[in-house]
Amino acid sequence: MNTHQTKRTTRTPRRMAVVSALIAVAVVAIAAGCANLAKVGTQIGADQGIITDQQAESINRTAEAVEKSFQDITPEQEYYIGRAVAATILDSHPADQDKDANLYLNRLGQTLAMASDRPETFGGYHFLLLDSDEINAFAAPGGLILVSRGLVRCCRSEDALAAVLAHEIGHVQGKHGLQAIKKSRLTSALAILAVEGTRNLGGEKLVELTEQFEGSIMDITQTLVNSGYARKLEKEADQTATTILERVGYNPNALVEMLGEMKQRLEPGGLDFAKTHPDPQDRINDILGAVTGWQQVSEPEVRHQRFVAAMGSGTGSGE
Amino acid sequence: MKALKTGLVVGAVFLAAVTVWAAVQMMSIQVKNGQLRQRPSFLGPVAATLAYGTRVSVTQQRGPWINVDDGQGHVGWIHQSALSEKQIVMNAGEADVQSGASGDELALAGKGFNAEVEAEFMEQNQDIDFTWVDWMEDVTVTPEQAIAFLAQGQVEPAQGGE
Repeated sequence: MNTHQTKRTTRTPRRMAVVSALIAVAVVAIAAGCANLAKVGTQIGADQGIITDQQAESINRTAEAVEKSFQDITPEQEYYIGRAVAATILDSHPADQDKDANLYLNRLGQTLAMASDRPETFGGYHFLLLDSDEINAFAAPGGLILVSRGLVRCCRSEDALAAVLAHEIGHVQGKHGLQAIKKSRLTSALAILAVEGTRNLGGEKLVELTEQFEGSIMDITQTLVNSGYARKLEKEADQTATTILERVGYNPNALVEMLGEMKQRLEPGGLDFAKTHPDPQDRINDILGAVTGWQQVSEPEVRHQRFVAAMGSGTGSGE
Repeated sequence: MKALKTGLVVGAVFLAAVTVWAAVQMMSIQVKNGQLRQRPSFLGPVAATLAYGTRVSVTQQRGPWINVDDGQGHVGWIHQSALSEKQIVMNAGEADVQSGASGDELALAGKGFNAEVEAEFMEQNQDIDFTWVDWMEDVTVTPEQAIAFLAQGQVEPAQGGE
């Protein structure tokens, strides 16, 4: 230890250079997601007395931090990601400006969300109708849910529309959108955060972080609009939907009924659910395996009337 | 013999007291508006609204509902998804970042993807319009509206499904 002390005092410039190099290697290793490599580096540094144990510990902690996944995105950060995803999708899929229809959609959707296993998100669940004939819906992280007119037309009842919204709530509950973010982006973003600490981000770092943010938005939007989720996640969302419907008092068979209607209306080669979702028949088979006893969906007249009144003639029942 | 017995009793009482003391769990509100309700249900009236990051002590739990106390006279039920076991640091200092980096005990509010990053994103993507996102975020359904909506549509919640 004494020799190290001597080295420290007599070879300061060189030591500084080595420390800088080691920290640089550690940061690169962190950014590359190699916590173990960073640890080897800090161990060497500490053994040689080039960096203190405290410094080594601090770097290692940072390395461990960035090895974490989408589960470590705070609800607050999820909220900002969701806002940008929704705004990006709205750029190519304009909103339907019918306020009454949107208020009805929110009464139904937010009531359903209350019965999910994740009723509370940072900014809450909110729903918006899209003025599009495509059969489509998008659940942005944190609970901003967009549903197309075309998909509403697959619904013959309020129960069926409830099934559509409950399925989207299922994607938010399961954080499926966040899972679409490439791990390397999260790692880079967390590395910037860890290294920069509490300082207000300088212009350069803010630009870097915003790049990772943009990339994350792109990963999610690309999945929602083009590639779709894995069938496993769609199945999970369908299961969540039937659970929510049962809890609230809607008929879970309405999901099956809606999928049957969707099957009729989807056009092969379409750029909507035809492209991003499993075949409706496959989903029906999966659900029927889980729901006990198929029964025809019949809803009280008063419920049906308000559904038709709010959604206008553009409903499955109105045609 | 009697002394031993007394000792054992005192010991047991002490142990129980320590257990109760240790069981007081602190949690943080991890949503923008932490609404405390008068009963463990979303259909229960809102008793108080706590700010993001507020530390609360847990007094009891019923299923996913947790009864909390902020120490300022606000007591009520809140769903577990609105709570974090981590302490949320609103204005993080240098020391907080050191321990916050491990992410196990602390969460740093306003760090990472935040309002500042969103503003920068808007600056660089001026064609992307947040108007409708802001509009939809303003649409909020109160417990009274949800109750009325269910009643009007004759939707009857399954037992315990509130």
